Order: sequence, then structure tokens, then C-alpha cells
Amino acid sequence: MSYLDKESLKVVGTRPIRPDGVDKVIGRASFGADMTMPGMLWGKVKRSPHAHARIVRIDTSKAAALPGVRAVVTAADFPDIANEEAFVGEGPMNFRDLSRNCLARGKVLYDGHAVAAVAATSQAIADEALDLIEVEYQVLPHVIDVEAAMAEDAPILHDDLFTQGVDPKPTKPSNVAKKITFTKGDIAKGFAEAEVVIEQKYTTQPVHQAYIEPHACVVAVGNDGQCTVYSSSQGQFMVRAYCAKLLNIDIANIRAIPSEIGGGFGGKTLVYLEPVALALSKKSGRPVKIVMSREDVFRGTGPAAGGTIEVKIGAKKSGRIVAAELVLKYQAGAFPGSPVGPGCMCAFAMYDLDNVHITGYDVVSNRPKVAAYRAPGAPNSSFGVESCIDELARELKIDPLALREMNAARDGTKTPYGPTLVNVGYLQTVEAAKNHEHYKTKLGPNQGRGVASGFWFNIGGESSAAVHVNEDGTVAVVEGNPDIGGSRASMAMMAAEVLGIAYEKVRPIVADTASVGFTFLTGGSRVTFATGMAVTQAAEKVVEQLKSRAAAIWDISPEAVEWKEGKAWPAGANAGSFEPLSLAEIAMKSGRTGGPISAEVSINAQGAGPGFATHICDVEVDRETGHVKILRYTAVQDVGRAIHPSYVEGQMQGGVTQGIGWALNEEYIYDKDGRLENPGFLDYRVPVASDLPMIETVMVEVPNPRHPFGARGVGEVPIVPPMAAVANAIADAVGARMRHLPMSPPKLSAVLDEQDPPRLAAE
Amino acid sequence: MSKHHVTTTINGEPAEYLCEAQQTMLDVLRDELGLTGSKEGCSSGDCGACTVIVDGNIVCSCLMLGVEAEGRTIQTIEGIANGDTLHPVQQKFLEHAALQCGFCTPGLIVAAKALLDTTLNPTEEEARYWLAGNLCRCTGYDKVLRAVMDAAEVMRQEAGR
Repeated sequence: MSYLDKESLKVVGTRPIRPDGVDKVIGRASFGADMTMPGMLWGKVKRSPHAHARIVRIDTSKAAALPGVRAVVTAADFPDIANEEAFVGEGPMNFRDLSRNCLARGKVLYDGHAVAAVAATSQAIADEALDLIEVEYQVLPHVIDVEAAMAEDAPILHDDLFTQGVDPKPTKPSNVAKKITFTKGDIAKGFAEAEVVIEQKYTTQPVHQAYIEPHACVVAVGNDGQCTVYSSSQGQFMVRAYCAKLLNIDIANIRAIPSEIGGGFGGKTLVYLEPVALALSKKSGRPVKIVMSREDVFRGTGPAAGGTIEVKIGAKKSGRIVAAELVLKYQAGAFPGSPVGPGCMCAFAMYDLDNVHITGYDVVSNRPKVAAYRAPGAPNSSFGVESCIDELARELKIDPLALREMNAARDGTKTPYGPTLVNVGYLQTVEAAKNHEHYKTKLGPNQGRGVASGFWFNIGGESSAAVHVNEDGTVAVVEGNPDIGGSRASMAMMAAEVLGIAYEKVRPIVADTASVGFTFLTGGSRVTFATGMAVTQAAEKVVEQLKSRAAAIWDISPEAVEWKEGKAWPAGANAGSFEPLSLAEIAMKSGRTGGPISAEVSINAQGAGPGFATHICDVEVDRETGHVKILRYTAVQDVGRAIHPSYVEGQMQGGVTQGIGWALNEEYIYDKDGRLENPGFLDYRVPVASDLPMIETVMVEVPNPRHPFGARGVGEVPIVPPMAAVANAIADAVGARMRHLPMSPPKLSAVLDEQDPPRLAAE
Repeated sequence: MSKHHVTTTINGEPAEYLCEAQQTMLDVLRDELGLTGSKEGCSSGDCGACTVIVDGNIVCSCLMLGVEAEGRTIQTIEGIANGDTLHPVQQKFLEHAALQCGFCTPGLIVAAKALLDTTLNPTEEEARYWLAGNLCRCTGYDKVLRAVMDAAEVMRQEAGR
């Protein structure tokens, strides 16, 4: 069924209080580190102090002998996993790499790489034991920067890594894991027709997802081999799958229970601690809890990829783009798997272009293995492309939104990576931005305005949900996606809408892996779309049952019953004359009409609608210090249909803020030995409340017809435009074109110092 | 190494505990007293997720030792509501959807409550600087600020009655 007629909706589109809200404002919600188990030990992880080194020897005997220590594990306690691609998390992953990321085998590949772990009766004893583990290293030359890692004479991380995607097949190992290309039309012909060509190189830095909750888990392995894993992650089924594979356990023997999750943004779509804790628990026979420190989080997890973005755009003087070329070199960290693929695919997806050539390189170096981060890959390539488009607009003296409008992708546009767009709202976001009062306000000295757009695919995938009618007429919704930003509310709202009952009568729960069917993780902006579809279908099945039960009570045919306003009604005069029966009345009698009323649905949801956004940013630059103040920010986005508008706005505001942090401040600082120098929130500066204005939101609604309520993913695309929007605003304010992130005060003031005159911008 | 005996007041109730000299107040709250509402995000005083009120001042409980609570009055997130009645800051956080993951929320609410204990007329800018020690990675602070300003409005009205 479809519920696209907005006027007919009673619950969807309103802003009720989230079902888990009270627990979260009174401190009762249980996050990863809040759980304990009886007899629990504390686990701690020993990490490499070297960026790249061979492990010559690990001696754990002294640690094991320390009173209070109950288990010590190294990679030797794990099966040596075969090289096998995994499709469990978000983005590419290899089981062998993940195993070696959890505990290093043979070599350490970055400062902070886990090498051993202990479990002890107290945290203090565990800490002491870590110091007693002796690791002899043979330090190897290391490489941090992506282009240095691609150099002919670069230190090689993996002797068995040969570049994929090049012909002939290379015979020498390389740090370039993969080369990919996307081609549409004839790029040479395109550039031959161009009247203006802009060619520039941009760089972004790897940044951490910086969820405030460090990774944490509590696990227990029973004497019968049954494992319980309680942890903070973006997917309990993901945790289960990885633990099973890495430790060679049957999936049926693992029950993964999701805690509340204190932020993830993609960074909790893989495991670090759970397999290690299980190994410690198995060895010690006791439950084991491990909680990362913030330093562990920075040194050992995430980050998002950074990289170089070389953009060449050719256009007619009218502004029509005739050729676009892009070369991306993305940091994968210690193991292959940067999001360079989506980076390539998203870069030009906002535009209707005939001639495109895109090349991407996935490059390993001695940094932590990258993890997904909100629209993984897209913010980097879009920073380059959207900055370059702005440079083109300035060169041609065309309004940057008008230039985007002229070249905009729309329904029927064939993307450079293949698919043809349908039901997209990009143009609508550009027009809404152009017509927004923000775009027309006057600016003062050293103030500037920038715009930028962004694209993200959004995904669907496997989801399960159950709807159970309780005997008093309340309803339980059971789903399998950790609620990272209010999704319980959306699920309850969709169920309430279908059932025709009050939102408050529906209680959603996020179930463990034994209590609901398989559900792919919370990521890809998929939950409201895919799991929402499963919830809707389960509620519809329940409605069918309710109608049958009413029919049985009335002794008429189920086809002669209709469901509206939460009640069964005879469908017309021929059906007979009966008083309507409410859901509660039918529920009360369910024992006498066929038993409990419930339905579970498992689907592989298809038809996720892509998300487009266009942002406007005003800045003021302090010419003396190079400090950039965000004066005003408006985010326009095609959200499909906002199920709970407040949480949609929240996704937009949060994504924008992360993008502003990426633009202005966030970066990893390595010393000459490849050690991370800023593994804490004092020196790795994420945006704070006083850095920001209110983030204004404009929700354009172009419903996605493949979803019953028209929803499309909203969580990721908001982080795509901000870096270019900020850079373009800085260029507008002071004529300094910042092509390298972060645009932090020292970097901007260095540029301003050199600037005196000429200015770069068209004055 | 013997433990220290501490007598203090937590959320209006007398409290006693034994702790080691190096244990932080946050560890005592979470591990000894079962008050896990205060969160550990950094243990270096940078994120504010462990914010508590000590004798009227906001403190990162990860930077305070458990033994320092002796004779003091401590308020944690668990003591902000009045029984089943939420504090206006808590109520407004819910109404404005000022939380997404909810992990930084206890610290933000404690800090905001302390702000409104000192003034019911903060400007948005004052509130932003007051809360600058509480990191939130989800919300971009927009709805947080709206909730705090709205709570101040409600409390002004209550105070005026």
C-alpha cells in the first residue's frame, strides 16, 4: 500500500517525543560501557608504538604470571584467516585484514595497531600486565602520505598486495591496492569543444568520526561454547558475523545484543574489540569487558579517508560543461578498502554531463584502517569538484547556483557510473536555495558567501521487523537496527499510521540477533527506508489479520471488512450492520478467534531514492589570525518525505557541523616516526557550540515512490557539500582560494599574508 | 594499599563509599555506585560527557578524584529530575529532539541546568559559550540551544508566578 497522500496522514510528518527519550535524558539508557556481568574481568589492549615494524617476538609470560591476570591473547590465539572478501559491513572489507586489524600478525602497520590483550580482575592489574608484555620489534621504514605511498621507492606494507585493475598484471607488490575508472562519452572530444578549462588539485585530510562514545563491549563464552556479545555497534548482526568468522564459531552459537550506541557515523560498522574479548573470555572462562580510551579510539579506529582530488572541467562560455575529468587518490590506511569507488561515483552525480573520465586509486599507508564515515568517499571528491565548479563560475562571472541549474542532473540523466536517475530532486534544491532569503542578504567587509551541492546514493537492503498486537491493544514493534538518531520514533510512527492507532500505543524495541530476523546494519541511510518498509509491511499483515478476526466475530467474509481509523468496519451496507470493532477490542478476543495476532516480515528492500543537497554558507574571515567564523548556514535537501521532521533536520544539522569541522579544523598530526601526535579532543578539535550559528534547514520533499511513505535516506548527504561551501565562501570573502583542508587559522593566515595584492576572486 | 572512606552527599542523599586514591570521581560514580548516567568520552576533561555539579559548580568528574568528594554536595544526571517530573531542560531536550544518540546528553543537561541555576536570562551566545565544554557530534548543537533557551523561558515563567 502507499501512503504518499500527505493530507491523509495523522502520525507520519508530526514531531512526537521519541520512545527512548526519557531514558536518555535521565541517564538510564544503557550504552556499551554501562553493562556489567557477574564475575566479569577487565580487558585491555596493548598497542604498537611504531608505524611500521616486524614483530620479532612477543613474550607474554611475565604478564600471564601477574596475580589477577586470567588470560593473555595475541594473534596466535586466533585462526589465521584466509584472504576472503566480506560484505558484512558498510564498504569493502576482507576477513583476513579485519582479523589482522583486531590483533596484528607478523607486522604492525600503524601507531596504535593492537598486538596483544589481557584480561584481569581489575583495570589497574590489566594496565600493569600490558606493561609486562614484551614485544620485540624490527622497525621498518614507514609512509603516511598518500602520494608518498604511491611512489616507486615507497616502503611496501603488504608483500602480497598487487594493484588490481591495471593491465598487464603487475609483478611487483605495491601500496596501490586498486585502480578504477569510469568513462562516459569522449573526454578528448569534450575538452576540444571547451572554451574555458579549469584544472586544479585539492586535498582533504583523513578525519575521525569522533563519536563521543568510545568502543565498548562485554562478552561471555559459556562452557558449552555459547557466546553472548553485548556491545555498541551499528549492527548486532554485523558483530555476530565478524566474530563467527574471525574465531571460527557457528553463527548460531553467538547472540549479539546491541547496547544503545553513542554515535557511529560509519565508524562502528566493523569490530575491533568483540573478537578479542571473546578470545579472552574463552581462555579465562569468565565474562570480559573492554572499553577503549579516547586515545585508543584515535590511534586504533576509524578514520575516514582523506586524499587528493585532481579536477579538470571544460565548459562553454555559456556555462554549459562539456568535459569533466577527475583523478582521486584515497587513503585506505593499513589495509585496502578506501571508499574511492563511491568517491568516483558521487563526484559528478549532480550534473548532466556527456563526457566524463574518472580514475580512482585505493592506497594503503601506515595509518589506521579507514572506516566508513557518513557518505563515505563523497565529501572528498565533492570538495574538489564543487570548489572547481565555483572557480569556473567566477571565471565565467556566472552565479554559482545558476551554473549548477544549467548543468543539473534531473530525471532521465544517465550518471557517469551507469544508472539513470529517476524521481530525483536536485534541481529543486538548487531552486530553493536560489529563492531562499539567505541567498539575497547583503554581506559586510571580509564576509563571503559560498554554495555547494552534494549527492549520495542511499541504500536499501535486508531488513526484518515484527509487529505484535498485545492483548490490551498496545503494539510492540521489533526491529534489528540500532537506533543511532531517533529511528525508533520513525518505526513506531509508521506502524501507528498503518494500524490507525495512537503513536503512544506503539512500543518499538531494537532486538538482539536471536529475537528478530536478519537485518543489515544501521548505515547507508537505509533504516527509515528499508526497515521502515519492513515495519510497514508487517503492520499491513497485522491489519489483514485484524480484519479476518472481525469477520470471524461478525461471521462475515474477511473481504467484507475494511480497516480505517484503527477499527474494523463492515465494508458497505451489503456486509451487514455491525458496530465497528477497535484494535483493542479485537486484541482482547484474539484467544477465541485464532490466537495471538502478529506478523514478521523479512525483505531485501530495493528502490532507495538518492539524496541531493545544496548548501549556502556565509563566513567572516579575521584577516589577522586567519580564523573563519561561520556567520550563517542554510542546508537545503531533498528528503523524500520526512517521517519525523525534527530528526531529519537533526541529521542535516549534524552532517553540516561535521563537514564544517572537516573544513576548518580536523586533521591528524603525525611526527617524523609516524606516531599520532593529537590523539585527544584537546588537539583534535571538533566543532563546539560556540563555533557555530543555528544551522537552518530547508526540507524539499520529492517523495520516493518506492517507499510506502515516500522516504529516502537523509543521514549522509548533509556532510557532502560543507567543505566546498566553506571554501567557496572564504574565496568570496577574501579572495583566497583554499584548496587544501583543513582551512585552519595558520594555513589561511599564511595564504592571506602572501596575498597582498593581487586578489584571486573577481572583485 | 588501603582504600579511603568518603562521606558525601549525592543527589540529595547521604552517600558513603570506599575508593582508591587514584580513582576518579567518574569511576566511583560508575563503577562503585552504579550511577552510569555520567559518561566517559575522553577522561581528559575535553568532552564534558561526565559533567556533574559539585557545590554548585560544573566539574568534569573525570578530572576530580573520588576522595575529593568528601564533605561536598554532588549532583549527577540521575538527580536532575524531581522524581517523575523532568527538569524543564530535560523536557525541552525531548520536545526539541535535542538528542540523537543520547551519549553526550547527560553532560549537556547537567551543564545546561547549572547555567539556568545561575541565570534565567542567558543570551544564545552566553549559552553557547557555557556549553562549549560539552562535545556533541550528532546534533550540530542547533536543537540543543533551542531546548536550553526554551527551558529558560519556561523557568522564567515559573519564577514569575
